[in-house]
Parts: sequence; C-alpha cells; structure tokens
Amino acid sequence: MKRMGFADAIESALKQAMIEDPSLFIMGEDVHGLRVNLYLQFGKDRVKTTPISESAFVGAAVTAAMAGLRPIVEVMFIDFIGVAMDALLNHASKTYFFSGEKWNVPVVIRASCGGGYGDAGQHEQSLWGWLAHVPGLSVVVPSNPADAGRLMLSAIIADHPVVYLEHKLLADYLLDSVGSGGRTTVSFDVPEAGKEGEVPERWEPLPLGKANCLREGSDLSLVSLGVSVHRCLEAAEELDAMGISTEVIDLRWVSPIDIDAIFKSVSKTGAVIVVDEDYKQFGLSGEVCALLAERNLEFRYDRVCTETTIPYNRDLEDKTLPNVQRIVDTARRMLKD
Amino acid sequence: MAEMVEWQLYELMLRSRRFEEAVTELWEEGKIFGEMHLGTGEEAIIAGIVSQLIPGDAIATDHRSTPPFIMRGIDPVALMLEFLGHPKGLCSGMGGHMHLFSKEHLLASSGIVGSSGPSATGFALASKYKKTNNIAVAFFGEGAMNQGMMLESLNLASTMKLPVLFVCKDNNWAITTRSSDVTGGTLLERAKGFGIEGVEVDGLDAKAVWKTANEMISSIRGKKSKPLFMHARCVHRAGHLLGDSLIRPERAPVSPLLKSVLSRKGARIDKKIGGLGNVLSMISSVKAQLKDSQDPLKILRKKLASQEEQLSKIESSIQIEIDNTMKTTMEIYQQEGSL
Repeated sequence: MKRMGFADAIESALKQAMIEDPSLFIMGEDVHGLRVNLYLQFGKDRVKTTPISESAFVGAAVTAAMAGLRPIVEVMFIDFIGVAMDALLNHASKTYFFSGEKWNVPVVIRASCGGGYGDAGQHEQSLWGWLAHVPGLSVVVPSNPADAGRLMLSAIIADHPVVYLEHKLLADYLLDSVGSGGRTTVSFDVPEAGKEGEVPERWEPLPLGKANCLREGSDLSLVSLGVSVHRCLEAAEELDAMGISTEVIDLRWVSPIDIDAIFKSVSKTGAVIVVDEDYKQFGLSGEVCALLAERNLEFRYDRVCTETTIPYNRDLEDKTLPNVQRIVDTARRMLKD
Repeated sequence: MAEMVEWQLYELMLRSRRFEEAVTELWEEGKIFGEMHLGTGEEAIIAGIVSQLIPGDAIATDHRSTPPFIMRGIDPVALMLEFLGHPKGLCSGMGGHMHLFSKEHLLASSGIVGSSGPSATGFALASKYKKTNNIAVAFFGEGAMNQGMMLESLNLASTMKLPVLFVCKDNNWAITTRSSDVTGGTLLERAKGFGIEGVEVDGLDAKAVWKTANEMISSIRGKKSKPLFMHARCVHRAGHLLGDSLIRPERAPVSPLLKSVLSRKGARIDKKIGGLGNVLSMISSVKAQLKDSQDPLKILRKKLASQEEQLSKIESSIQIEIDNTMKTTMEIYQQEGSL
C-alpha cells in the first residue's frame, strides 16, 4: 500500500480511467489549471476549459454522454450548480425514464463542497440532499483518499448521472486556494485521516450505494458522510470513554442510500444520530429517520446538521457546522437515562 | 471644472486603494477569513461611474465590492469590521466581502458570477415602476458575459426599456482562463444584438471613464429610459484573489509539470509541450499586468503631478482618514473580538 493525499487520489484514479477509456474527458472552468497534470498529459481535447457558462456546459455534457462519451463535467463549487440546475433537474435525471429506459446518461458532475474555512454560505454549502431529492441522480461524497479514488471510478462506470462531491477541507489544493491562499496565519480543522491515507496500487471501483461501517459499537449509531465522518469518529472516542459504545457508519452515497446498513446498525443499537453537514430541513437526516420508521423499527433518533445559512464569522461558522462537541452533547442528551 | 473632476476621482480612487491595502494586511495576518477578491486596478472604472450617481440610484456588484462600497460612501469602519466578521460590521459579520448589502444605499453584491445583471435589472425595474428617475448600475467582469443570466438580463432590460448601465470590467481573465479563448464575437456586438448601444472606454483612464459615463448616464436617466453597455479594459493588480497561485511563484512548480509532459501515456508529445507553453505563458502574462503603466491610480497621479502641493495634501488627508479608520476598527475589534 502507498500513501496519497485526497486530491491526488482522485487525480490518480482519473488518470488510470483516462488511459483506459478514450471516450472519457474532463470539461469545466479553469480545468487547464485545476487539473494541470491531466491537461499536460492528455491535452486540451480531453481536458477542456470552458467559459463561465455553467448552464451551457453542464447541459452539453448531458447530451455528450447520451451520444456515447463519458464526460466528467466540473462545477467549481456545488453552490454554482444553481446556475445549471435545469440540466440536472429536468434533463440528466429524466432522459432514461422518459425514453422508456432506452437511453442512459453516463455523466459525472464533479464539484467541491463544504465549509470550515471562512467563505460563507454562497461557497460552502453541501446541497447533497437537494440533489439526491431528484429521482435519477446519484450523489457520492467520499471521506478519505482510498474512497475518493475508488468512488470516482464508481461514478465513471455508472450508467446514469452521478454527482461527485469533494470536500474542500480534504482536498489540499482547494483549501490552499480558497482557504489559506499561501498564508501561514490561518488554520483549519482538517481531519488527518481524510486528508491523506493509504491507497491501492491499482484503482478498482466500489459498489454503488454501499456504506462502510468504520467503527463498531452497541449503544449508538452515528450515520454520516464526508468530513463529518471524521467528527463522528472523534466523538465516538469521547462517547466510548463515557461508557457509550458508539458505531460509526460512513454512508459514502447519499443516493442510492444504503438503508440496509443503517437498519442493521440501528437494529442493534436502538439509537441513531445522523450527522449531516447539509441543511437539517427536508434533507438526508430526515430521510434516514423516515426510512427506518417505514421498516417499523423502534429507535431513538436525533440529528446534528447545518440549520441556517452558513455565516461568514469563523466562530459562528464552526458552531453552525456539525462539530464533535455538538455530536457528544446530542448523544449524552439522548442517552442520559 | 474638468480638473476638479480629476481631483475628485483621484481622491475616491486613492481612498479605495489605501483601504484595500489595509484589507490586504489584515488578510495576511489571518484576521480576514477565506477568499478575498480585491478591486485594485478597477478603481478608475468604479470612480468614473459611482461619482456621478445620485441618491436613490442602485448598484449591483460582483465579488469585487470593496471599491464601489467605499466610493458610494459606506462607513469604512463598518466595512472593515464586516471583513473581520465582527457583529458591528456592515452585515453583522454574517456576509463577508462577497455578500455585502446596504439597504439604505441600494447596494447589493454577490459571489455568483453574472448575477449583477439580473440584480441591476430588477433595481431599474423598481425605479421605473415607482417613476423615481433613478438608474441602476451593474458591475461585472468579461467572464460574466458568458453567463446566461447576464445575456438574458441584457435582453430583458432592452425590451422593458429599463434604466440600467451595464458595466463590463474587462481584464481578459476569467480566473485563470484567458477570456479571449472562451468568448465568441465581441462584447459590444453582443450588446448590440440585444438592441443595446455600447461604448468602449479605456478603464485605466479615470477621466475618460467619467466623461463617457457622464454622457451615458444622462441618456439612461429620465422619462425615455433605456439600458446602455460600457466595455472598459482593466487589470487586477492582486490577481483573481489574494494569494493567487499565478502570482505566487512558489505555487507554479515547473518540475511536476514536466513529469506529466514526459509521461509516456496520454496525448502526443507536441500537444503536451504546447500545453506546457500555455500554462507558462498564462503565469507570465498575469504577472505582466502588475506593471506601473497598468495602474490606473499611478496613471492619474502622473497627470496631476505638476500640482505637487495639492497632491500631497490629498494624499496625507487620505492617509489620516485610513489611519483613523483602522484605529477605530481595531479598537472595536479588540474590545469585542468575537461574538
């Protein structure tokens, strides 16, 4: 096993996939710079820089995929998908269904997501619940380098649209560009195990919609994804020390959601907290509760999510996003009796 | 009279520049968080236009909002405290530099490229609806001219005959993409295609912007309102954002780039070398913008250089102003550091 950073792992998997599949290309704003190594290796025909025209190039990626190519279209920040939402909402997600399952759309939409570095609520949103709301779209959010590379391959080989979200606290080049900008006077709560880790010699895809149980426990299930997985692992250590045996599930996929894995865990523990950096209302956290209730499971439930627009002020931002303290407090409140 | 205008412009531009230099210091100290997009290099365009607005006129800005907010008369202490994320900031520390709002000044910013088009159009719709004789200004870069919502706004404002001044600040860089590589046709022709007359002006020449804007605004304002389009060249002296990797030399290491070029897989070697050339020329042409001859403030100062006494009077009074702003700001910041 070798070690690699989160962003390097994605690049390495992309490089492998681009060598093997000539129909695979990257398109998006500034990709000659953001993906400079791939640009230099594969040339401008396969790493295509676009104008700031998200609605046009995301929409074009959808039909390029329908015409037999494998586009990875990049939207710099997932917040900017608002500009191109029609391509996903009404086209990418609908064609397979409307065509009587005769025409599939194998497009990957790659974007950065998440907060924790002071850019406020127009550049730090998660939005995966909003995207996963639409039938026909898959959404994947890796939490560590090995998953980042393997899930990129899973997204590429899927025969339907997949939104691939890359958290800015994990991807060093993004955090350098939008967070520190070369400064040594700022610091961020970057989870080490997410930023860098062991990766396989050769990338193989992970199965679609399968969660990963990272830590076993008998009293409480923490269900999460992305950076929040690492907050959960840290909280689980504290909770264990308090006598609350805590299980941590990394969902990896928002959609399709691995309800079987969640069900199995909560059947054992009888208590679940969903830790979701996305908005609390009408999202992933409520969905998990509904899916468990539909299976007639009796369980205690709570959630730690982002509840408002993410503020610019760094202290307030840290309180707004899920953090270890909020998880521990919620668990203790829930299990105090 | 003409000279009075130049002095007024110089004062506005200098105030904005000094303020943004202070912003840079606080950003480098880590007291300002996240990204910071400065408007240094755009001051001549902003000053030439904002200096002619009257109360009730609206401005929709992009992510480079500091110069328009300062020049429109927003309290600099409130603005600086906002950048520091302080509860006494202009937006209570909630917005930060990309999300600044002043309801009383009808000033709204956004970090979404192209959004100042629809925003200014809506402000203009409101003034026409209320018959107020006010206009709205949209500030945006040439990169935004490829955004659908901007082009749709040109059409909407044109067909509704709304009093909007669309101001395209063109530095020919959409972050790290050369705009001429990703823009078809010319921008003036685009505006014309929507029935909007456009004027080209040297955005490094404050007086030229002022004169052009003066004529444009007087035909936008009034009963026979209509939108107009200004295309003004500029530079971004601090790059796309503070800490821009194209300006930071250590961020453009050539050896890893060569590794990709020399890798045996991928595109043909001639294409790879072409790609490397593109990347290196991108870095050098961004740096070329930093020359003094491309600085609108220095250009204007040169024109006023014969009146040394007046210049130093203005410069020292602006310096005192900025010093006082920073003193007050830091007193409040240190008293009540966080929420």
